[in-house]
Amino acid sequence: MWRDAVLVAGKDLRIEFRSRVALSQVTPFGIMALALFAFALGPDRVIMAKGAPGLFWVAVLFCTVLAIQRSVSVESANGARDGLRLSGIDPAGLYLGKSAAVAVQLVVLEVLLAAGVILLYGARIAVPWLIVASCALGTIGLAATGTLYGALSSGLRVRETLLPFLLLPIVAPVLLAGTRIWQAGMAGGTPSDGTQWLRLLVVFDAVYLAIGVVLFGPIQETA
Amino acid sequence: MTDDQSSSTGTIPHPQTSVAPNTGVTLAPVQSSRARMTEYIIGILALVGTVATVWLGLWVTPPDKVQGDLVRLVYIHPGVAWVALYLAFGLAAVSSLLYLWPRTRSLFWDRLAAASVEVGVVFNVCTLVSGSIWGKPTWGVWWVWDARLTLTAVLLIMFLGYMALRRVPAEPEVRARRSAFVALFAAVDVPLVHFSVNWWNTLHQGATVLNANLSPQIHGSMAWTLLLGFVALTLVFVWMLLVRFRIGVLEDWLADNELDLALAERQSEGAGLSDKSPTNQGGAA
Repeated sequence: MWRDAVLVAGKDLRIEFRSRVALSQVTPFGIMALALFAFALGPDRVIMAKGAPGLFWVAVLFCTVLAIQRSVSVESANGARDGLRLSGIDPAGLYLGKSAAVAVQLVVLEVLLAAGVILLYGARIAVPWLIVASCALGTIGLAATGTLYGALSSGLRVRETLLPFLLLPIVAPVLLAGTRIWQAGMAGGTPSDGTQWLRLLVVFDAVYLAIGVVLFGPIQETA
Repeated sequence: MTDDQSSSTGTIPHPQTSVAPNTGVTLAPVQSSRARMTEYIIGILALVGTVATVWLGLWVTPPDKVQGDLVRLVYIHPGVAWVALYLAFGLAAVSSLLYLWPRTRSLFWDRLAAASVEVGVVFNVCTLVSGSIWGKPTWGVWWVWDARLTLTAVLLIMFLGYMALRRVPAEPEVRARRSAFVALFAAVDVPLVHFSVNWWNTLHQGATVLNANLSPQIHGSMAWTLLLGFVALTLVFVWMLLVRFRIGVLEDWLADNELDLALAERQSEGAGLSDKSPTNQGGAA
């Protein structure tokens, strides 16, 4: 399972490295989202610094949808999905590999977006480990659920519109937890507030990773 | 077309299908007389219960000391919410799980889940609307981002997503599996959303009847009316579920036989025409 996961993740990341779709399209979209939030909330840096945690996570959520769409479309071209299934790769490994590739792309994106909210919104981080932990756990949760729903919707012609509709309400706890942990880790926040939210994220990640590992095979047969 | 599970469950109408002679078109599934009787009786009970609740709630019970006449919403709102949040969602989750479980796999469970979700959406919207009507005079606003309201709204979006997924054309088995997975993932998410919105914000009053020490904080005629409201709304839910289930069976039948039916119709038209003008058969010109 683990070897298969590494192979699949390597394949997806290699495709991304060579095509640079995430780099040239998803990342600019994320930065643009930050600019749009700034236009919507006005030039007042106090409001923007206050809203920075939530805006950061909303931007990450939107980018997750794009990254998942990309991760699915890579498989749907040229019968790649059938090729993967015929290659005898363990479905659990395939799931973990796809998730890991999405997670790596999201982490890179989050670093850029975090730099964006710090520079553009004037957000000041007081407890860096909380921010890093929330990003790590949140990313795992987003990649785990996203890959699951991506596989489920991969055969649908209306995937582009249906996937965000199905996925975004499910990841609402990630948005809530991520935002709260960021608020706890910002200057003026209370770091101890973050711990219960971190626990929630751990549970969220564990639940959906377990579901994915167990059910990815049957889900693929559905698509 | 028929499922082996429905006979063991009793109240849900068991579709009977047969093939029409000569045409090859499967006849529409007919509801058995027992199923029809069950549906009628539950429908009448639901109607009587609802009328009685309205009468007791609006005329017989006294106004509240603090809330005045506003308290009368208590006979509707919690009942609707119970159906939307627990009954409909629970039933949809359990039947989806039973569909996915290989030993109990049957389209019966898929149709039950679908019917449950669709009726649940109606009750969910009623919950939000009645809650808003109650919230405006008591809290001063139509909507607050309170934990329970937020959870209800998130559930509604999940329900709507499930229904949108079902509308995507697919083979019944594929659609059933896909929807069952989505329902299952959403069901797993509900406790997580519940905890997160609870920590996020809570303003809603605690449960009145099912509080921790199980001693209701409401008495006399009001308690009985509240209870009757719960029963009546549950019956309304069951009745709507039965009707929606029957429609689901007919929809699947139509999807299977639409082409055959249309062909048979055209052919009979053609047979009628051929007596007068043999050159214009089947409207092919």
